[in-house]
Amino acid sequence: MSALSISNLRLDIHGHPVLHDIDLTLEPGKVLGVVGESGSGKSMTALSVMQLLPRGSNWSGEILVGGVSLSGKDEAALCQMRGRDVGMIFQEPMTALNPVRTIGDQVAETVRVHTGASRREALGVAREMLDRVGLPESRFPLDRYPHDLSGGQRQRVVIAQAIALRPKVLIADEPTTALDVTTQAQILDLLRELVREEDMGLMLITHDLAVVAGMADTIAILRKGEVVESGPTREVFREMRHPYTRALFSASAHVPDRGRKPEPSAVPVLSVSDVVRDYPQPRRNLFVRRPPFRAVDKVGFTISHGENVGLVGESGCGKSTLARAILALDALQGGEIRLGGQLVSSAGEGPHPELRARMQVVFQDPYGSFNPRHRVRRLVTEPFHLIKSPPTGAELDRRIDRALTEVGLSPGDASKYIHEFSGGQRQRIAIARALIIEPALIVLDEAVSALDVSIRAQILDLLAELSDRLDLSYLFISHDLSVVRAITDRVLVMKDGRIVEQGETESVFRNPQHPYTRELVAATPSLEAALAAPAT
Amino acid sequence: MTAYLLRRFVSLSLSLVAASLVIFLVMEVVPGDPASFMMGINADPEAVAALRLQMGLDEPLPLRYLGWVAGLLQGDFGVSYTYRVPVSELISERVMISLPLTLYALALSTLIAFPAGIIAAARRNSAADLSVMGATQLGVAIPNFWFAMILVLIFAVNLRWVSAGGFPGWDAGFVPALKALTLPAIALALPQASILARVMRSSLIDTLDEDFMRTARAKGLSRGQALWRHALRNALIPVLTIIGLQFSFLLAGGIIIENVFYLPGLGRLVFQAITQRDLIVVRSVVILLVFAVIVVTFLVDLAYAAADPRLRRHRR
Repeated sequence: MSALSISNLRLDIHGHPVLHDIDLTLEPGKVLGVVGESGSGKSMTALSVMQLLPRGSNWSGEILVGGVSLSGKDEAALCQMRGRDVGMIFQEPMTALNPVRTIGDQVAETVRVHTGASRREALGVAREMLDRVGLPESRFPLDRYPHDLSGGQRQRVVIAQAIALRPKVLIADEPTTALDVTTQAQILDLLRELVREEDMGLMLITHDLAVVAGMADTIAILRKGEVVESGPTREVFREMRHPYTRALFSASAHVPDRGRKPEPSAVPVLSVSDVVRDYPQPRRNLFVRRPPFRAVDKVGFTISHGENVGLVGESGCGKSTLARAILALDALQGGEIRLGGQLVSSAGEGPHPELRARMQVVFQDPYGSFNPRHRVRRLVTEPFHLIKSPPTGAELDRRIDRALTEVGLSPGDASKYIHEFSGGQRQRIAIARALIIEPALIVLDEAVSALDVSIRAQILDLLAELSDRLDLSYLFISHDLSVVRAITDRVLVMKDGRIVEQGETESVFRNPQHPYTRELVAATPSLEAALAAPAT
Repeated sequence: MTAYLLRRFVSLSLSLVAASLVIFLVMEVVPGDPASFMMGINADPEAVAALRLQMGLDEPLPLRYLGWVAGLLQGDFGVSYTYRVPVSELISERVMISLPLTLYALALSTLIAFPAGIIAAARRNSAADLSVMGATQLGVAIPNFWFAMILVLIFAVNLRWVSAGGFPGWDAGFVPALKALTLPAIALALPQASILARVMRSSLIDTLDEDFMRTARAKGLSRGQALWRHALRNALIPVLTIIGLQFSFLLAGGIIIENVFYLPGLGRLVFQAITQRDLIVVRSVVILLVFAVIVVTFLVDLAYAAADPRLRRHRR
């Protein structure tokens, strides 16, 4: 009997169709990968199984959990089903736990709600489950609060809650998207082990083909609420019958064309030497000053004209602090930063913001980095505040037209508001905003991390083309090694505030020298490696 | 936890010292000569001189400040110029009315606001929510003295359940005293309850949209269970802030209601003292209110720490 079987599932929300005739089956002890881009309906499929659909939802079809149909179950029966027969884990571990209750309490709650066990018994089960997911008592007593835990540890707590009653089905909705690669690898290992040992069926929802390829026995590819292709993972990837599967596959492995190799220039665009950034730490004692926290420790590198340099490392390694220092947003405690030979800031001298006109930044979130009340015209001309005599009149219009055309938008878009654009288009506008002032350097801080693979491929193409044509240099900051590998000439690997390895991107990835780089490369899921591995 | 409390305690003590300095400077130094200010323009110079002596105005400023603070610490607020009795007596009589009234009103306000806010948030956009929102809109808009008069008309004049005003004193017994405070407490509580219910509702709605609420539902909790066990405590922080502010406001801000009901409370005392230029009473009441506000702020900080473990954490 299947752990989960979905047939002819249709869903509309406020009359708007979201899912059309979804058919999926999940066997015990197996992993079903559900892949799709945003809006494909993969999360709604999961929420249909949990029966936690948003208001105004109306579904039809058949959902069987362990052979039992969900149709006609009342809310009380559904509450019994959730957590006992089906467990679910979510994308964002930082917010998935209640901040004011202990982890033991929260895991025990699953047990108490369903079994009527006493508090003591339930806490006993919670202890067992936390041990099971790799949070031993010595370091993670039951009375810890979520804020003491890292993202990966919190995700383990969420998993412990979901599996506390050994459900038949575990649904994981993008469980590792918000995590670093090494943490991602650990969480995926844990899930794989749980599936094998507890004989659970795992429905793994993700946008990342490499993750599914390494995890799933069967796979379903969703697009606009429909399953376009499904079957055993290897077969689907080998045959790729549907054009969308092929498109998705090629977008994931997309490497933009770089026209030429940049030559090292006499005066580098950016030179960073021995840069130190300290943060004061709060005093523990009123009378004793604590030593400052060193976020960036004697970092040095250069970027030549037209060169794309990647900066990789896990969250908290100092990537963003370094980026802020380069953008002259913070003062340095040691070393100096020069842009085209001119001093941006040094330990003795505060940052010189006037040089900011020659460098621009594009951030990760295409939704949060624009003022929704301004038109695109005003948004993209914002950097002109940085120069003394900004263009006016016809010249201004010409610059706006050119910036928008260069990123693949039309001049007419200048009079629109930001909500009229999709995520990918917004990221294009962010790039136009950076380009309009004709900078020498653009810092791209996780600039494509929030985008779907097909959009991401387009933006990477755009960035590569702009760099070649305008001789632009990039500092490309990302935790996603495959993207960095695709677009950069050189890469810097950062750990605990230091650069532990740097060199030509291909040679660093192919032949990593530092143990940490090796660890990172090994943890990165690889599509080809997963498909090349012998069948198990 | 102790470190957090200690930090809060130190900062509140410092604000108390700062407040006392400001009050001293504003009342004693800014008017020029407090004694002639209190006696008015046509005062007899000899009377002014006598008052100066009584107030110790011939001493240097720092000494006067220290003397005042030392007196305060011993409960000696000076002697009222108009009433000719120690200010501490005046104040303690009045506090015996104002403090119970404030607590009464605050209790009523919380008792009304919590259920109303929770129901409105739990059944968002339902008829219950709409009526709570409508009622609280009215409650905020209606001036409380007008509402107080309506209460008097209905319950004192027509139904004759309570008297229209005045206070029999706590000697008359607990029930009659409480009865006399009931209408004023309701009149004071209504606008506060409306504000508090709205804060409760919006804070709870924000919390209900949090990711951890979805996690709770995925564990098998019903909507109601998830609300009680996970949402409420998280929604409490802004509500506690408002309750703290309301306490301070009610303690001193009851002047109009005290006048409507002829209650000899702190509000009326300070009002009369101001009209009679009795600076000694004014400064005493003001410092007392500042002290009350600071104590309440400290209690609210304690409540924050109880509600949210993140505030208790040992900084690493």
